[in-house]
Amino acid sequence: MSESTAIAHGAAEAAHQEHPAYLRHHFENVEQQADATNFAMWIFLLTEIMFFGGLFTAYLIYRNWYYPAFVSASHQLDVRWGTLNTLVLIFSSFTMAMGVWCAETRRRKGLVLCLGLTFVLGLAFLGIKTIEYGEKIEKNHVPGFHYSLNSFLDPEHDAAAKQYGDKPLPLDMARHTEVYFSLYFAMTGMHALHMIIGIGILGYMMFRAWGGAYTSGHVTFVENFGLYWHFVDIIWIYLFALLYLISRHP
Amino acid sequence: MSGQNGHAQYKEGGNAHHIVSPVVYVVILFALIIGTAATVWASFLELGVWNPVIALAIACTKAILVVLFFMHVKYSSKLTMLTVAAGVFMFLVLVGMTLADYISRAWGNW
Amino acid sequence: MSATIVSLPDQSTARIPKMNYLSKENGLLSWLLTGDHKRIAILYLISLSFFFFIGGALAGLIRLELLTPQADLMATDTYNKVFTMHGVIMIFFFLVPSVPATLGNFLIPMMIGAKDLALPKINLLSWYLYVAGGLLAIYTMAAGGVDTGWTFTTPLSTHYVNTNVLTTGLAAFIAGFSSIFTGLNFIVTIHKMRAPGMTWFRLPLFVWAHYAASILMVLATPVVAIAIVLIALERTIGIGVFDPTKGGDPLLFQHLFWFYSHPAVYIMILPGMGVISEVISTFSRKRVFGYTAVAFSSVAIAVFGFFVWAHHMFIMGISNYAVLVFSLLTMLVAVPSAIKIFNWTFTLYKGSITFETPMLYTFGFMGLFTIGGLTGVFLGTSGTDIHLTETYFIVAHFHFVMVGGMLMAFLAGIHFWWPKMTGRMYPEKISQLAAVVTFIGFNFTFFPQFILGTLGMPRRYASYPPEFQILNVFSTAGATILGVGYLLPVLYLVWSLKYGAVAGNNPWQATGLEWQTQSPPLTENFTSTPIMDHEAYDYEWLERQKEKEVASV
Repeated sequence: MSESTAIAHGAAEAAHQEHPAYLRHHFENVEQQADATNFAMWIFLLTEIMFFGGLFTAYLIYRNWYYPAFVSASHQLDVRWGTLNTLVLIFSSFTMAMGVWCAETRRRKGLVLCLGLTFVLGLAFLGIKTIEYGEKIEKNHVPGFHYSLNSFLDPEHDAAAKQYGDKPLPLDMARHTEVYFSLYFAMTGMHALHMIIGIGILGYMMFRAWGGAYTSGHVTFVENFGLYWHFVDIIWIYLFALLYLISRHP
Repeated sequence: MSGQNGHAQYKEGGNAHHIVSPVVYVVILFALIIGTAATVWASFLELGVWNPVIALAIACTKAILVVLFFMHVKYSSKLTMLTVAAGVFMFLVLVGMTLADYISRAWGNW
Repeated sequence: MSATIVSLPDQSTARIPKMNYLSKENGLLSWLLTGDHKRIAILYLISLSFFFFIGGALAGLIRLELLTPQADLMATDTYNKVFTMHGVIMIFFFLVPSVPATLGNFLIPMMIGAKDLALPKINLLSWYLYVAGGLLAIYTMAAGGVDTGWTFTTPLSTHYVNTNVLTTGLAAFIAGFSSIFTGLNFIVTIHKMRAPGMTWFRLPLFVWAHYAASILMVLATPVVAIAIVLIALERTIGIGVFDPTKGGDPLLFQHLFWFYSHPAVYIMILPGMGVISEVISTFSRKRVFGYTAVAFSSVAIAVFGFFVWAHHMFIMGISNYAVLVFSLLTMLVAVPSAIKIFNWTFTLYKGSITFETPMLYTFGFMGLFTIGGLTGVFLGTSGTDIHLTETYFIVAHFHFVMVGGMLMAFLAGIHFWWPKMTGRMYPEKISQLAAVVTFIGFNFTFFPQFILGTLGMPRRYASYPPEFQILNVFSTAGATILGVGYLLPVLYLVWSLKYGAVAGNNPWQATGLEWQTQSPPLTENFTSTPIMDHEAYDYEWLERQKEKEVASV
């Protein structure tokens, strides 16, 4: 090795010691890396807004066209499960935000606890969703799978519809309840898929957090995941308002 | 590797150093819980055309609280705020202009 | 034409630099697992070329069928599959990624003075997604194809065909994510990784163009993704969201589809316009006229491009009021494109123009894109659109802007930056010949189609009234010439890899940070972070650099 390359090598080694291991070499410094990856997550969330946007567009159009069907169909959803799920997700957003705080203040055990709580709350959400989907399957309210109009043609004999004093729908409007449920399953299903992915990543993060990966100054992964998790919560806030709370006055 | 002055070059923006206190998070949590209760209660009232308006208004408030505080946008750079605004704007264009077609179909041919 | 700005090093002593991004590591894995944006660009270039020729072969089949008025070469169903796959492959697997994924990936970090894009692993993922989508598209062709047209119009695609809508949709969905990640990477990189002194208004216009296109990629592509998901749900479970018998509206699909597909055409053309800005400046030895106007018009095209999608739906059943509004907005979106053409023309004025191959393609672009764009105005005017839509006029319009415009810009860019990417010059005479052949072939192929459209020949039909035959024969003859014009670059560019002249750092004497380093570049692009202390297209600065070089020897 010639002298000049030996000097260059030594200089590079010295420079290396100033750089944390997690700094990628195409970034100048840690601040740039954190800033860039944070911005990248925000741009990704923009794509998610537009992705769900298509579903919201469909929903708003058909709710406008088939309002009575949407009202009756929404009564088939149990508002108690929906409210509980909303609270579950709000709490999980809180625990996630606290997790980020723990990472920022280097509280390793606190971080694992917060991530764990978020994980459990996420599972609770999915559990409640499973119960709700089960109820829909039982009553044949799944589009394309022996979809039944009975609850809407004959609300007297349907507990959920009777509770709200629903009148029987004319046949064509009753058929349009299938559109409501299509959108219900598409939107909550897409949301649930995002939850599942998030819970998976949470599991991975808990494991890494236990090893101290995020409590030695490198919080960006937790921070950016937090953004994703809060976004999924926001989607649910709108889904809850639009799908469950159309009109429940008697 | 960049030269010795590499470190000094990049000026970061945004929330790298501002740590939001847990007190803020607790306050927002309670605000969100109250908002949820309010929106459920409002849906049981007969308010005609105002039902969806109130539901969406409460949902938007909750969303804004999550965005500003849980997602740290209040403490972030202008670029982050612009990014959020761009997303919301595009969403509104998609929904609004598509709905405009559907609503104006009912107006008939001139 | 003996005047040329090409300035090559002394060929008897010049060598390709030993240490460069191509020689840094060897072996297949070093390519398949690379994070280097330049290697990823080359991977894209190879796969894009592959898909281009598949799409081109399908085009050849279309033109062969249309030689005769009867549907005699293939069954009409097969013809439907051929033009569908031609559209799907050319749009999703060639045009959308063409300039961004090859030239954008290669050049943007270098142009802003960075070592790589912000997210190299995501960049590699983009390529794998692209390849996965492309392989799925090829599988679809082998499995019997799809015959709905690339637009998947409902309810045909959801209820009336038995062909491979789902696999094609999935292929497009995957390719869409490739596009999203590329755009995401570019936006983050351009915002966060510019070198010291590289302010927004010192960026090359190529970067501005890609920034605008990336905004479109990121915001529009997810909407077509959800549209494809809904089609999949409609076809598999029958959810009814596009089914009139269940209360759905087929037009909803079209709204969601075109919300992406109109911005998609700007995703396709904006990077090409970026190339044109660079080439026209270099070969006029002048800075681009009205830099700010061109930069802002790129962003304006991106923004306005979001507001006009329903001009693809004028006859489909949207309300008359929607027709009116979208027609007016379409007039608006033509303005920034025109501004660019004016600015490029004024760049030429009093410039020292030479006619190397990239410049020939650029001239071709300016003429053909202008014609294509102007015919777009006839289509944006709803009154004339009613007669011209779904005819060959539309086919001619979009081929003028996409092939005469975008593809020529792509070829201009490939030739312009070939020395930088490979360290070798392509052979100038044959490349000029290929450019001229392409231009002639293009006009013979597509100009008759404008006439056919106004005469009333519908698109997507394998047979047509016999009085249209002569123009169709012209068109097919032109297509043959065009094919030769596209084949030649493949041959001589590959040849040049071994036998081309050594290019040196800056054979075009261009401004721009990418030209101030070796060809091919080092893996890390620059030995030390460059400091940008001059405006873009500053030829005086370049002169001073050359004087310094001479003085120091």
